Amino acid sequence: MISGVSIYEILTVSTIIFFIGVYGFVTRKNLIAMLMSIELILNSAALNFVIINKYLFPEQLGGAIFSIFIIAVAAAETALALAIIINLYRLIMSLKTDDTETMKF
Amino acid sequence: MERIIFYIISVLMIVFAVMAVTNRNIMRSIIYLLFVLIGIAGIYFMIEFYFLGAVQLTVYAGGIIVLYVNSVMLVEKINTPLPSVVWWRKLLAGSLSIFGIVLTLFAIWSYNFVKIAESQTKDTSINEVGKALLNYGDRGFILPFEVISILLLAAMVGAIVIAKTNKPQENNELK
Repeated sequence: MISGVSIYEILTVSTIIFFIGVYGFVTRKNLIAMLMSIELILNSAALNFVIINKYLFPEQLGGAIFSIFIIAVAAAETALALAIIINLYRLIMSLKTDDTETMKF
Repeated sequence: MERIIFYIISVLMIVFAVMAVTNRNIMRSIIYLLFVLIGIAGIYFMIEFYFLGAVQLTVYAGGIIVLYVNSVMLVEKINTPLPSVVWWRKLLAGSLSIFGIVLTLFAIWSYNFVKIAESQTKDTSINEVGKALLNYGDRGFILPFEVISILLLAAMVGAIVIAKTNKPQENNELK
């Protein structure tokens, strides 16, 4: 627990980062940039898990361990998504979302 | 003192997050994302989840960011700026995000968070985290731990399969 900082302030920070990620996800048109916005969203969600564990249920470890699982899932997701994006780039020579309109080649 | 450090980290994280989603040079935007991830690791260290902070630094800052940098260098020229966003889309997304922030903050600040259990604080060292991860009794996490290991194996196999589907002659035809 950070001395002098309440749970409200940390939740405020994570909320703001979450919606900055939503803004990036809506405005960006590049596939890699959209994936980066998703990283922001996932990180703020994991931060929420940890903060609520530390401030409200300090006798357990569930939030921290679930946060580790979130990080593992995010790593797997990023590796797969980047493999798909690189493969897609070899096929259509573009990374814009407007150009990826066909689902199966 | 800790409070001041927390405020500095928070302001830096928000500024770098905004720069990461608005900068038109994708390589710079990745580096700003790296700063945000390091700031989140700093908050983990401040609330004494040292193992989680170390995992955040190694997996995110060490692994995922390098993966992003590599794939950006594989797929496009670094100096090519991203296309600029049309003003109505910016306005729409910005107002949507600000509406969401206001709504969520209203819900958070009007809710009264109370600590439910008043018992002793758990030790959050690496020993305790490891024991909880491999514990199959009460409050143990052995099942999700094994499921995550299967998931990582499947992701590895999947990445190899996806990367191998392109045959070289197909590539030549497309060129």
